[in-house]
Amino acid sequence: MKRKYLNKIILAAMILTVAFAACKKGNNPIPPIPIVYYDQADEAARPAINTVFIPASGKDSFNTTIPTQMPGLFGGDMKTSLLTLNPHYTTNLLGLTADQFIGVVSTDVLNASTTGVTSFYNGEQVLTGRNLSDDVIDVELTLVFGGPDGSANPGLTSDHVNANDKPFLPSFPYEASPW
Amino acid sequence: MKQKKIALIIGVALATTISGVIIASDHMDAPAVKNQTTDITDLYVFQGANTNNLVFVANTQGLLAPSATAAAAFDPNTLIQISIDNNGDNVEDLVIQAIYANGRMNFYGPVAPTATGLRSILEGPVTVSVPVTAYGAASPTTATSKSGIQVFAGPRDDPFFFDLNQFHAILAGKATGFNNPGSDTFAGTNVMSLVVEVPKVLLKSTGKINVWLTTRKKVS
Repeated sequence: MKRKYLNKIILAAMILTVAFAACKKGNNPIPPIPIVYYDQADEAARPAINTVFIPASGKDSFNTTIPTQMPGLFGGDMKTSLLTLNPHYTTNLLGLTADQFIGVVSTDVLNASTTGVTSFYNGEQVLTGRNLSDDVIDVELTLVFGGPDGSANPGLTSDHVNANDKPFLPSFPYEASPW
Repeated sequence: MKQKKIALIIGVALATTISGVIIASDHMDAPAVKNQTTDITDLYVFQGANTNNLVFVANTQGLLAPSATAAAAFDPNTLIQISIDNNGDNVEDLVIQAIYANGRMNFYGPVAPTATGLRSILEGPVTVSVPVTAYGAASPTTATSKSGIQVFAGPRDDPFFFDLNQFHAILAGKATGFNNPGSDTFAGTNVMSLVVEVPKVLLKSTGKINVWLTTRKKVS
């Protein structure tokens, strides 16, 4: 009898516990899903800007700078790099002085047209996008080394690699299959 | 002689900057991202075969040898974000985000971000999701959203081309100019690629946009 009585108490306690737990669960809102944040690690827009113009000590911080703050934080370093690369720099094929040229490239965004032909530079379009096939390195070498008409330092204004090693596709996804 | 002098100056100036490490367009450009899934190689933005569309190509993890490409993978903790300014102030008005999960690449946007700048959240819901194309697949797997956004994710040939080795030789003062013909340092190498083709109308542009590509690491 004593044992049966004890069992009843235990059973009652269990029911109460379960009921209480259920009640507790029912009365509380579902805990919110924690917000997951992602912090910037690398940045790229126009090709080779960080690589060519940013000194070693600034490369990581350049990658974690928003575009609007780049000219103020890195414009001076970038002009120094330009004039170190080409001490005879006057203007370039776009008619830009060193200050003007750095003024353009120091905000590292890729400009693109949404209404017409896209090209990094093709003689007519200037900075209206970047095609897979655009020889962006020759453009940049010419703008850094080529002087006002692009003819200065001819050994430094083209790497004479003018196309990709595999043909691109005429339709999506455009890039060639992997090697 | 003038050219040689310039080359020498370049060599002295940049020897400390470059340190002989293979870096190129944005490949391995900075210590913190080198050999990480966050390392960007290149961004491309161009008019699609359908001229009503604009194509964004976001490439990461460069200089993958064919033998290393099967093992290369997207990282579920690395968010890849294309930021788009459509009013000329160089602040993002729209973002297109992509993040890997369980064999698929999930794309968000284009959508106005909750906050601009260095810290992002996923701007749900998912616009379109595509299985990551495996290395060696016979053809690329693509998907298209109801709004007409077409996507691809997987390894591709690195579309970047440059005689980087000769450039290094010039910087080091070992050469005075490029060779003709040059030699493409990126020949035979692959990248982990995202391709997103977007109807232009979804970009809410008045004719010109400014675009930049970032990778973002999950904050643990």
